[in-house]
Amino acid sequence: MEGMKKIATRDSYGNALVELGKIHDDIVVLDSDLAMATKTVLFKKEFPNRHFDCGIAECNMIDVAAGMSTFGLVPFASSFAMFAAGRAFEQVRNTVGYARLNVKICATHGGISVGEDGASHQCCEDFALMRTIPNMVVMSPSDDIEARQMVKAVYKYKGAVYIRFSRYAVPIYHDENFKFEIGKGEIVRDGSDIAIIANGLTVSESIRAAEILKSEGISARVINIATIKPLDEEMILNAAKDCGKIITVEEHTIIGGLGDAVCSLLAEKNPVPVKRIGINDEFGHSGSAAELLKQFGLSAENICVKVREMLGKN
Amino acid sequence: MKFEDKKALELFAVKVREGILRSTNACSSGHPGGSLSAADYLTYLYNREINANPAEPNMSERDRFVLSKGHASPALYAVLAHMGFFPVEDLLTFRKIDSNLQGHPNMNLTPGVDMSTGSLGQGISVACGMAKAAKFLQKDLNVYTLLGDGEIDEGQVWEAVTFAAHYKLDNLCIAVDVNGLQIDGATKDVMNTAPLDRRFESFGCEVIEIDGHDFDELEKSFEFFHANKNHGKPTVILLRTVKGKGVSFMENQAGWHGKAPNDEQLAQALSELADARKKIEEAI
Repeated sequence: MEGMKKIATRDSYGNALVELGKIHDDIVVLDSDLAMATKTVLFKKEFPNRHFDCGIAECNMIDVAAGMSTFGLVPFASSFAMFAAGRAFEQVRNTVGYARLNVKICATHGGISVGEDGASHQCCEDFALMRTIPNMVVMSPSDDIEARQMVKAVYKYKGAVYIRFSRYAVPIYHDENFKFEIGKGEIVRDGSDIAIIANGLTVSESIRAAEILKSEGISARVINIATIKPLDEEMILNAAKDCGKIITVEEHTIIGGLGDAVCSLLAEKNPVPVKRIGINDEFGHSGSAAELLKQFGLSAENICVKVREMLGKN
Repeated sequence: MKFEDKKALELFAVKVREGILRSTNACSSGHPGGSLSAADYLTYLYNREINANPAEPNMSERDRFVLSKGHASPALYAVLAHMGFFPVEDLLTFRKIDSNLQGHPNMNLTPGVDMSTGSLGQGISVACGMAKAAKFLQKDLNVYTLLGDGEIDEGQVWEAVTFAAHYKLDNLCIAVDVNGLQIDGATKDVMNTAPLDRRFESFGCEVIEIDGHDFDELEKSFEFFHANKNHGKPTVILLRTVKGKGVSFMENQAGWHGKAPNDEQLAQALSELADARKKIEEAI
């Protein structure tokens, strides 16, 4: 991971919107007074007539997007995860979800890596909330290349989608040949002693952990589950069969997110030991993103500690 | 309005009220009070105002209607059925298992329903999105929405009205069914939102207040809307109405918000409506 170029996936989102906007006239972008932060400002600069600021009124914004979608437009509605998935949950559930509308909810500033703003803005519940809505596709990219492809994929997909992007710059570990597909996991590093299942910015930490573990003679498989729903069950069940032990890592409460999705699947189809690394049912607080990720156990070093524990090698 | 046209609307509204009562009676649930208060507005809207075609319910150039007060679904369903969007007999399946007529409107199940609603405060925002999309796509069509006066307690309504004024949505016609009652009692006691006219005006809307049961006044209110088009402001029609209108024992009773008539009450209500029909027919 050292020496790799880093970029925050919110920037990837803004850049991808511009690329898409050049090709497709039916894309409209809505924001709630956060265009500078969500990076939809990049789209706004290129296509001012297709960018609609809704002011600080996220609930209205989601339903406005819903209404626009019924005219065949493809709205991308953006805010921070806290407000898009949290404040406007019921609008997403009752209007976008229930009416099965083609709205792309693209939230930035997910997780504790929001940093200094503190707990009020560190949304660690969005995967859990969005997963409960029938037919909702829920995703979070792990680097720039995946993020940009994901934005293009959701334009083609007809239906409601929630994507969480991040404010914190992460290494670009994919190369340009990578092909993203909604609902498909990715084996980033193969291994057979244990499988580390991650998404978002925890993928690059998991890769780094796998490299440390390799030097200790531990073979860890790293799986990127960018699509939390629908889950790539086959890839996770294969990991359970091949490795026998699983660790999940996510920048999200351990309640209801990736870890729980993996546990639910395995409990029913192939119970193997699982350790969930995530936010342990507590609120975050202010600090730099790097300090917080370390403090809340989302570092390669902590992943290694948990792996050694599971394998009885501490 | 011509005398015979007005009488035709009055007769249609009697059928709509019968539909509301029969459908809620059949499933022993639903919201007759606020459906009866909205019956005349919806009758006028679908017969005289809105460009919609039962043979082609999804035609792209149609006007849109969003029932933001989704619990008035019995009134909307009765109007759509009598307009020919689906068989009138279907009204008796309302709220029953596997029916296309859900307790609150579902756009994916019921022909003629332009948006799924039910959670208050959301329909008006969707209508704003539709009106904005129509302007963006340069479509010359109108978007109509009906809210309850209890519904406007919801803060989202005012987010939506702010949006409508900001984006100059003069193709948006917002009607409020001001029947003065909500579930817990009189709106002035539960949560006083008066003065509605000045509130909407101060938010940047053109406002007209009318008798929501008088077809001449309804016609006037929509003329007001059309006259305001291209002025850059959304129109608000405040409909002064009576909750439970047309059924003596339901009128002005908050208790009939979410309670269906039993068989005996249905018989009495239908006989009152039969009398009303007879009077209209005699006048013709």
